[in-house]
Amino acid sequence: MSLGVVMIVHDALHRATQLARHWSDHGCPVVLHVDQRVDRDTYDRFVKSLADRDNVLFCDRHRCEWGTWSLVAASQAAAELMLERFPDVQHVLLASGSCLPLRPVAELTDYLRDRPTTDFIESVTTEDVPWAIGGLNTERFTLRFPFSWKRRRRLFDGYVRFQRRVGYKRRIPLGISPHLGSQWWCLTRHTLLAILNDPRRSVNDAYFRRVWIPDESYYQTLSRQHSNKIESRSLTLSKFDYQGKPHVFYDDHLQLLRRSDCFLARKIWPHADRLYDSFLSDAPSFSAGAEPNPGEIDRIFAKAVDRRTKGRPGLLMQSRFPHQRWGNRVTAEPYVVLQGFTEMFRGFEPWLSSFGKVRVHGHLFAPDSAHFAGGGAEYFGALSSSAALRDYDSTAFLTNLIWNTRGDRQCFQFGPADTQDITWNIARDANARIHVISGAWAVPLFLSEGRFADIRRTAARLQKTESAFLSVLRSDHCRARVKIQTLSNFVRNPIEPLQDVVDQLAARDRPKLTAPPEMVHLGGFGEFLQNLKNQGMHLHLAGDFPTDYAPEPPQAERATPYLVTK
Amino acid sequence: MGALTSYRLRLKRKRHLIRGFRKRHELSAVKNRTAQIAPADILVFTTLRNELVRLPYFLKYYRDLGVNHFLIVDNGSDDGSREYLAQQDDVSLWTTQASYKRAKFGVDWLNWLQRKYGHDHWCLTVDTDEFFVYPFCDTRPLRALTDWLDASEIRSFGAMLMDMYPEGPIGAEPYQAGQNPLEITRWFDSGNYTIRKNSQFRNLWIQGGVRARVFFDDNPERAPALNKIPLVKWRRSYAYVSSTHTLLPRGLNLVYDASGGEKASGCLLHAKFLDTFEAKSKEELQRRQHYANSHEYRAYNTRMADDPVLWCEWSEEYINWRQLEVLGLMSKGNWA
Repeated sequence: MSLGVVMIVHDALHRATQLARHWSDHGCPVVLHVDQRVDRDTYDRFVKSLADRDNVLFCDRHRCEWGTWSLVAASQAAAELMLERFPDVQHVLLASGSCLPLRPVAELTDYLRDRPTTDFIESVTTEDVPWAIGGLNTERFTLRFPFSWKRRRRLFDGYVRFQRRVGYKRRIPLGISPHLGSQWWCLTRHTLLAILNDPRRSVNDAYFRRVWIPDESYYQTLSRQHSNKIESRSLTLSKFDYQGKPHVFYDDHLQLLRRSDCFLARKIWPHADRLYDSFLSDAPSFSAGAEPNPGEIDRIFAKAVDRRTKGRPGLLMQSRFPHQRWGNRVTAEPYVVLQGFTEMFRGFEPWLSSFGKVRVHGHLFAPDSAHFAGGGAEYFGALSSSAALRDYDSTAFLTNLIWNTRGDRQCFQFGPADTQDITWNIARDANARIHVISGAWAVPLFLSEGRFADIRRTAARLQKTESAFLSVLRSDHCRARVKIQTLSNFVRNPIEPLQDVVDQLAARDRPKLTAPPEMVHLGGFGEFLQNLKNQGMHLHLAGDFPTDYAPEPPQAERATPYLVTK
Repeated sequence: MGALTSYRLRLKRKRHLIRGFRKRHELSAVKNRTAQIAPADILVFTTLRNELVRLPYFLKYYRDLGVNHFLIVDNGSDDGSREYLAQQDDVSLWTTQASYKRAKFGVDWLNWLQRKYGHDHWCLTVDTDEFFVYPFCDTRPLRALTDWLDASEIRSFGAMLMDMYPEGPIGAEPYQAGQNPLEITRWFDSGNYTIRKNSQFRNLWIQGGVRARVFFDDNPERAPALNKIPLVKWRRSYAYVSSTHTLLPRGLNLVYDASGGEKASGCLLHAKFLDTFEAKSKEELQRRQHYANSHEYRAYNTRMADDPVLWCEWSEEYINWRQLEVLGLMSKGNWA
């Protein structure tokens, strides 16, 4: 006999019975501490359920409350009884009613027999503890905590603030250097006796009685004084979430727990029948001699904390609705907005979508409907092309689109003829890559064959709208990557801006463009602009377009040497 | 948000509690088995009218999740629903002929029953065509969730309503009593929801899904609200204000995180579009007992006449909760 188990229980007593029987069956004496708050009848029934065991004892009961000295008092009473009544016990394990042994008891006792002088107790200095509740590390040892954190949070916080303000500090007794750690330890008889029979125990106890959460610091601190060899880790796997609340294990964690090779785990949900049945059976284990390896469990719980605190960027949903002012990333992934490109070329969208995994949409915010790539009435996620639905919440329309198509790069056309509700949102979105050829709206007008007076009116309206959009893009709040150039500059050198666009869309391949796609024929366009000016319009966005601009006449049968493949 | 608003909302909450109290006479108990309710039991609250064909599966679904007792208000059924429910050992049944509309669409009745029997229990308020899905619901019973919520000191749990529909025309595949309706209505819209925040009650107002896409594409602001908070650790002082969309005190409505993280949430799969739908919507149109002059039902009727197919190329077929979580419709939060 080498291992004794001290169990502190307060509810789910049927599980405690099951666990105590398991330990006692495998030759480990058990001392139980039952919370005083458990009523007399339940307690009596519990005692009776274990009455047939002579190596299961019950110690004096304390009223236990989380974070208070009572938990240490309970473990002291139980440990004293254990050491006194079972002189063969070499190691004492502190466990709760929801600590489940994951490996056969024999493996644990063998493990401990091979390390007869090692104390397994997580014990780290206060500076190194990132997980403490309420951010109280060192202050646990220097302030007073007369109010319950669970029931009187406001008083608790207020009193802490007050003590900080007046600069109150308790004196830490001589020889104590505060350490913290998991409250589930496994100590040697030698160390435990030394702690319990310490000549200064009354001083220590009086001090720790007023420390906050002393069950995480009492043994952790004092074992540093008395132990010959501390292994600063707990044999009990116990994970905490970001609020300092222990993660609970359920039936579906069975394989995960098996593979962890830990000796014990907590907390186990009391109704997790499958876990209790499988781990308390005498099934042979395959991990004899293995060292505990909770890496996978760590990962899963770390991911859960991440999800709770950071969430998935770009997702707006019922339980994640970030405040608009916080977090500038509205959308999930980068996307490209092109203003004035499709107007300049024949078949621009099919040409652009030939570059890898790119979805090139038409004018998503056109007044009649959203022109999705492929021209369907719906798109990914059953997003409707209805203009009314889109304009009802255009931000949601865009975030939905980008979220629904995660993994594909999205690109859409925009222009002054589209509804403009979205402009501020894309400008503020760090994921947006916006390319503008200012004044390109004049090209479709030039090609249209309407009455000049109508064209003149439309031109004025479009110029005004585009001008407003450009000032949004030039504002201090703009976080998008923006490239703006005038139509006249673009016409002189179209390759470079197109190369930029293609690079952003096909970031991996980065194909090299040698020639632009076929541009619409702009012969006479300079004259057209001059005419608009002659009608009294102040054209300031298209740049200085040469009046006598004469492009090469379109070649009839030109091959399409768009890119050179490596 | 000053003291005045707080006080106004407090009065509003009291008014709802009083409404429930006054309407209690409208309910007459058919079978009151509430004495069976044990201290930690999980309760389901429902109002219904003529849902006999749906009841067997509805009860089975929630029994399998681990619900201990059903508290049901029957609003004048004449198809045998009342008799069927009265025979179930875990159902307490009340009946009323009073107006559904004037009882705030059943809210007053349920507020009263929740106040009387729901105090200190986890209460799930659902309709007979709503199926509650939460993280790990295929491996963990509902009690695992409520225990976790208790331990995390969370009082209310949000579950968005998700409209499910069949692939073919509505009603092409007849529904049999006891059958899982999600075998027929397997499809849903995964990514066309819009959210705004209600600054008065602080809850989110979610619209979208197939009903917005098909019936309200020219009138989106009238599309039905999909945000719901069906699972609440009830206290006597709580009250639902409009359906299960809004609760008071309004702290209960904060089932979302505003700083970027994700809280845990579920979904209510809404198997409304079965073959029973057409008859039901015609009847509801006549009774005019539904919200905003039943405009929703009017929209259905006009649209269903010419094209009863809701399915589209981008509809998503339901597999399990993990799929919903990946799609971003619900979240595990920090439950792992």
